[in-house]
Amino acid sequence: MSKYKMHLLVCGGTGCRASESDLIVENLKKELEEKGLQNEVQVIMTGCFGFCEKGPIVKVMPDNTFYTQVKPEDAPIIVAEHVIKGRKVARLLYTDPTKKEHVSDSKHMGFYRKQIRIALRNCGFINPENIDEYIARDGYMALGKALQEMTPEQVIDLIKKSGLRGRGGAGFPTGLKWEIASKNKADQKYVVCNADEGDPGAFMDRSVLEGDPHSVLEAMAICGYSIGATKGLIYIRAEYPLAIKRLQVALTQAREYGVLGKDIFGTGFDFDIEMRYGAGAFVCGEETALIHSMEGQRGEPTNKPPFPAESGFLGKPSNVNNVETFANVPVIMLKGAEWFSSIGTEKSKGTKVFALAGKINNVGLIEVPMGTTLREVIFEIGGGIKNGKKFKAVQTGGPSGGCLTEKHLDLPIDYDNLVAAGSMMGSGGMIVMDEDDCMVSIAKFFLEFTVEESCGKCSPCRIGNKRLHELLDHITKGKGTMEDLERLKNMSLVIKDTALCGLGQTSPNPVLSTMNNFWDEYVAHVVDKRCPAGQCRDLMQYSINAEKCVGCTACARACPVGAITGERKEPHSINTATCIKCGACFEKCKFNAVVIS
Amino acid sequence: MGKLKSLADLKKIQEEARSKLDLRVKGDNPENYVQIKVAMATCGIASGAKEVMDFLVEELDKRGIGALITQTGCMGYCYAEPTIEVTLPNQEPVVFGYVDLRKADEIIEKYIKNGELVDGIIPVNYEKVD
Repeated sequence: MSKYKMHLLVCGGTGCRASESDLIVENLKKELEEKGLQNEVQVIMTGCFGFCEKGPIVKVMPDNTFYTQVKPEDAPIIVAEHVIKGRKVARLLYTDPTKKEHVSDSKHMGFYRKQIRIALRNCGFINPENIDEYIARDGYMALGKALQEMTPEQVIDLIKKSGLRGRGGAGFPTGLKWEIASKNKADQKYVVCNADEGDPGAFMDRSVLEGDPHSVLEAMAICGYSIGATKGLIYIRAEYPLAIKRLQVALTQAREYGVLGKDIFGTGFDFDIEMRYGAGAFVCGEETALIHSMEGQRGEPTNKPPFPAESGFLGKPSNVNNVETFANVPVIMLKGAEWFSSIGTEKSKGTKVFALAGKINNVGLIEVPMGTTLREVIFEIGGGIKNGKKFKAVQTGGPSGGCLTEKHLDLPIDYDNLVAAGSMMGSGGMIVMDEDDCMVSIAKFFLEFTVEESCGKCSPCRIGNKRLHELLDHITKGKGTMEDLERLKNMSLVIKDTALCGLGQTSPNPVLSTMNNFWDEYVAHVVDKRCPAGQCRDLMQYSINAEKCVGCTACARACPVGAITGERKEPHSINTATCIKCGACFEKCKFNAVVIS
Repeated sequence: MGKLKSLADLKKIQEEARSKLDLRVKGDNPENYVQIKVAMATCGIASGAKEVMDFLVEELDKRGIGALITQTGCMGYCYAEPTIEVTLPNQEPVVFGYVDLRKADEIIEKYIKNGELVDGIIPVNYEKVD
């Protein structure tokens, strides 16, 4: 077989597949075959490239041409122009939004320039369903090295020295966690991978599992060796079907090669992994609730201690780590603790994957060194705010985190800085908000989520969050008072102090941080009965500017409740008592005479 | 391939797997490799650029030289096709004209291996905007 001269990498992440990327693969293959090029050009379906905003992505190697928003019917032109004639298809290239120029390849895209990819090293680079491609990228070498050249203590020591901290949210030192689990003696121990990614807007764990499943399997085996466990469990939500499928393929291949199973590399070490499916409850991301769910119990948390390292799955010592944490481990093993700890800040080493979502130009998945500022992430990598609007706030840490504002933009992102600023790292979701977003409504949105997801075991969370949500609802409807704001704050603090698990303890964070940063906006809602962002429908007043109104009657005809009256060719007026604020008149008026205040 | 009995077995598989992936690895770090662009417009193809490209891909691999070979459009030297542009690591690109298989072999042996210039260099008469 002659060597391939060109590789066409097509994104096979959930987002791009939803836009028919599998059909692109099919069409490209068909087209190449017709031209007799199937032995010269290889088409590979990879994991996520991160640039989900402009998916589906097709990347041509070795020249790094980066095609965006490719449709299945674009396959012939890519083959005819790029593959055969060597001319890039200009209309499919990424266009720089500020310079309005086509960018010829990914090396010149601002989106990638500031990124360092460790956890995502293979995403968008290898075929996740082919173990050989993972092995070509030093896959399972770290496991081999650990088993053949290191003692379990040395492995733990290396991870401790690297400074790796849990990427699931709280940032607990990973090496220390392993050490505690290793010291607890038992006839059976477990390594658990927490793939119950629940934050709205976060999808890094899913992308790692879809794009590079073997890195997680390898890391779990390394962890098993270091703590003395022979069984691994991956707890993943059933609503991630593609990630589950890729994991299953990876497990089968790993067992065939014997890198999982009995007597790995002839060292006598046994390790195998099973999957456990969750129903997608947010609280099951909490490690004790997760373990109960795996045992077939209700997904409810229990008090710690005992910690899972002491008494976890089936009462046995268990080490629970998040997907992204595991994905870092094989690289650290091979490149060393010094290399890893040279990246990042003093107390937060390495990189962090963030899922950019909301009102940002480049929605997608990025990985940056710890210590990168919010400004770099949002404006340089993220390409700034959509439609040229003004940046208002960014929610980090999902519903457990808080919002950060303009004054935090130059803050270097790490675990401790985010906590000090009143938010948290969380799993790495970043929801960007612009000037049109009402912060009271945002707090209400997150509370809605926690009320829905509260397991109901402890009363502060079950009842308290419901009350918080009611108060916020009142405020957005213009029925709030200054006393309500006081009550909101007090109740938030009580819930934080008394809730049983991380879910309840952090659920008031969005309320507290929006109150801290946008107090004036809360006051405007309760005192002036006004929503400065113009989002709270009940606080809006529609009126007609008599000077602009020409009396065309278009609005009166559009009004579903007959609230608009006026003679033909005379200025109309809106009866605010009957108006349901649907906005139909505003959309119909061609003279901008309908005013919202 | 059955079960791997040792780290050495894994390394064996890796070697073979790497050769299938190295196009991507090189493309990811092009500055570390010899980069060759073959002009493959109508004029180039008619003059045999495709054969030259196949030759370069196979021979450089056989002779153990890490190189990144891509095709490009017409470079404007239609009179001297096939033309190729060779960029050695950390050096300015050099364009060669009238590259047939014999010439290609000479370029590999003399210029790429030893940095020795050979006949047929076309003085570059333009600048590229990066």
